[in-house]
Amino acid sequence: MTVDSLQEHFDDKVKREVTIEPRDWMPDDYRKTLLRQISQHAHSEIVGMLPEGNWITRAPNLRRKAVLLAKVQDEAGHGLYLYSAAETLGSSRDEMMEQLHSGKAKYSSIFNYPSLTWADMGAIGWLVDGAAIMNQVPLCRASYGPYARAMVRVCKEESFHQRQGFEIMLTLSNGTEVQKKLAQDALNRWWWPSIMMFGPPDDNSPNTEQSMRWRIKRISNDELRQRFIDVTVEQAKILGLTPPDKDLKWNEATGHYDFGAINWDEFWNVVKGNGPCNKERLEARKKAWEEGEWVREAALAYSKKRSERNNKISAKAA
Amino acid sequence: MNQNSENKILSTPNSQFLIPNSILLLYTLQIADNALIIGHRISEWCGHGPILEQDIAATNIALDHLGQARSLYQYAAEQFNALPAEDKMKMFSSTTLQAKLTANENIDEDDLAYLRDGWDFHNVLLVEQNNKDWAYTVVRSFFYDAFNFFFYSALLNSADTTFAAIAEKSLKEVTYHLRWSSEWMIRLGDGTEESHQRMQDAVDYLWSYTGEMTTANETDKTAFASGIGADLAAIKTAWKEKVSAVINESSLAMPKDAWMQHGGKDGSHTEHLGYILAEMQFMQRAYPNMEW
Repeated sequence: MTVDSLQEHFDDKVKREVTIEPRDWMPDDYRKTLLRQISQHAHSEIVGMLPEGNWITRAPNLRRKAVLLAKVQDEAGHGLYLYSAAETLGSSRDEMMEQLHSGKAKYSSIFNYPSLTWADMGAIGWLVDGAAIMNQVPLCRASYGPYARAMVRVCKEESFHQRQGFEIMLTLSNGTEVQKKLAQDALNRWWWPSIMMFGPPDDNSPNTEQSMRWRIKRISNDELRQRFIDVTVEQAKILGLTPPDKDLKWNEATGHYDFGAINWDEFWNVVKGNGPCNKERLEARKKAWEEGEWVREAALAYSKKRSERNNKISAKAA
Repeated sequence: MNQNSENKILSTPNSQFLIPNSILLLYTLQIADNALIIGHRISEWCGHGPILEQDIAATNIALDHLGQARSLYQYAAEQFNALPAEDKMKMFSSTTLQAKLTANENIDEDDLAYLRDGWDFHNVLLVEQNNKDWAYTVVRSFFYDAFNFFFYSALLNSADTTFAAIAEKSLKEVTYHLRWSSEWMIRLGDGTEESHQRMQDAVDYLWSYTGEMTTANETDKTAFASGIGADLAAIKTAWKEKVSAVINESSLAMPKDAWMQHGGKDGSHTEHLGYILAEMQFMQRAYPNMEW
């Protein structure tokens, strides 16, 4: 087949909603875009372990401690599915790690904000996982098979996380004055960063159009953001909490909530590395990687030794 | 604790045998505190492991320990709540816990984990030692898992049906823990020169904390004599056999018999425990009497 006919075949498959699989021909840019997106997503999962991991040793009771541990562990599992999906596109995990550590690869900016109180475990589950689900559910139908299948597994667990985050917030908002204050404070700090999780507005999102044509992306940033706000404002009412946006109000004509201006200057600054925890997060990841190097080397050396020994034994037996 | 109330048969259905109530409680706490503290230590790795797959494995193990701790604390709380009021007041010296008792409240698993002071914790010193690096973490787990395996195997035959049931459930988990830590002992002991050295250092450093696990204190002796507890002398032999076999296969050197540290089971700890508790108990101490 010529490149033209390969391209035609690929376009046709995408159009007919037949998933593209690792061994199928695909345009270079499609591969690159996917690799960037999936590895970025994988990095977000493992960097995302840090703000919540921060409260594992301080969880307020044994049940919460167990649930939080299991949740952060799920994120490691999501990272694993996603790195595996990215590997099918021809990159190794070591390469991806190197790109994370050098700053070349990005991860979700939300994790560059600090988790300051226990209520942040509620707010992260409720808002951050809530926003992630909005983003990720459409990805379960992404045109690349391994990515779509990884996302199906991720989404199942994320919706459990979102519920348990909301439940933490509900317990706090039904609690004492100081607990209500903890909950409101967490909402104040996580509201805008969560809204920014959907990425830049559509008129300033360079990759959106092509991604939608390739059916990697199905719904635009602004549309997802609006859906999230509409759902979340109602949930905040149940909690008796107030989102920190004085312009937030129901618009009868559009059937949506209107909301205030997003601070895109802050967004781009956090992306560029100026968020409150960018340095710490990257440092923590690098430290784990560097201090783990001797462990990975030893594991490799041992498995090599063992297979050599086994070969000798089977050679003798023969 | 006065003599009369001490030697009563517990009213809880699982303890239809003669053992001082306070000793049964202390014995339960010894086992529970080991599980909580080692689980806490291992959980510190979550998000920081050397390999993503091992981050997940370590967290799984931490969750198992935490689950065991919870079952045991629930049992301990049940025992405690059945004690006569004057005995309860003498049991733990924490003022926060005493305030609950004065208010005539029952306690639960969380009160035991979060409101007891350091000297009322009965875990062995080994489990509170810090993670340092993956080698120390693996060796600490291995020494403890090997003990735990034989300990829970013995507890299967406990006259206390709650212990026997917890042992049965836990043994499946502990069997896996021991396999996991044994494999890492061998892999790193017989890996590279660096990993070998790190493992030997960890084995040598932690060795003096191993004796306490199999040395019976008064609580252990009473529990064993009553048919509830494990025979630590028998476990000592089995433990040493298992440990030397794995150390040998890891091409590491078995440490020479030397002075062993003691005290944890009777509430006298290393400096590490204070920091663990300061962190772990922070929420319950800073915001008492709230639902989370």
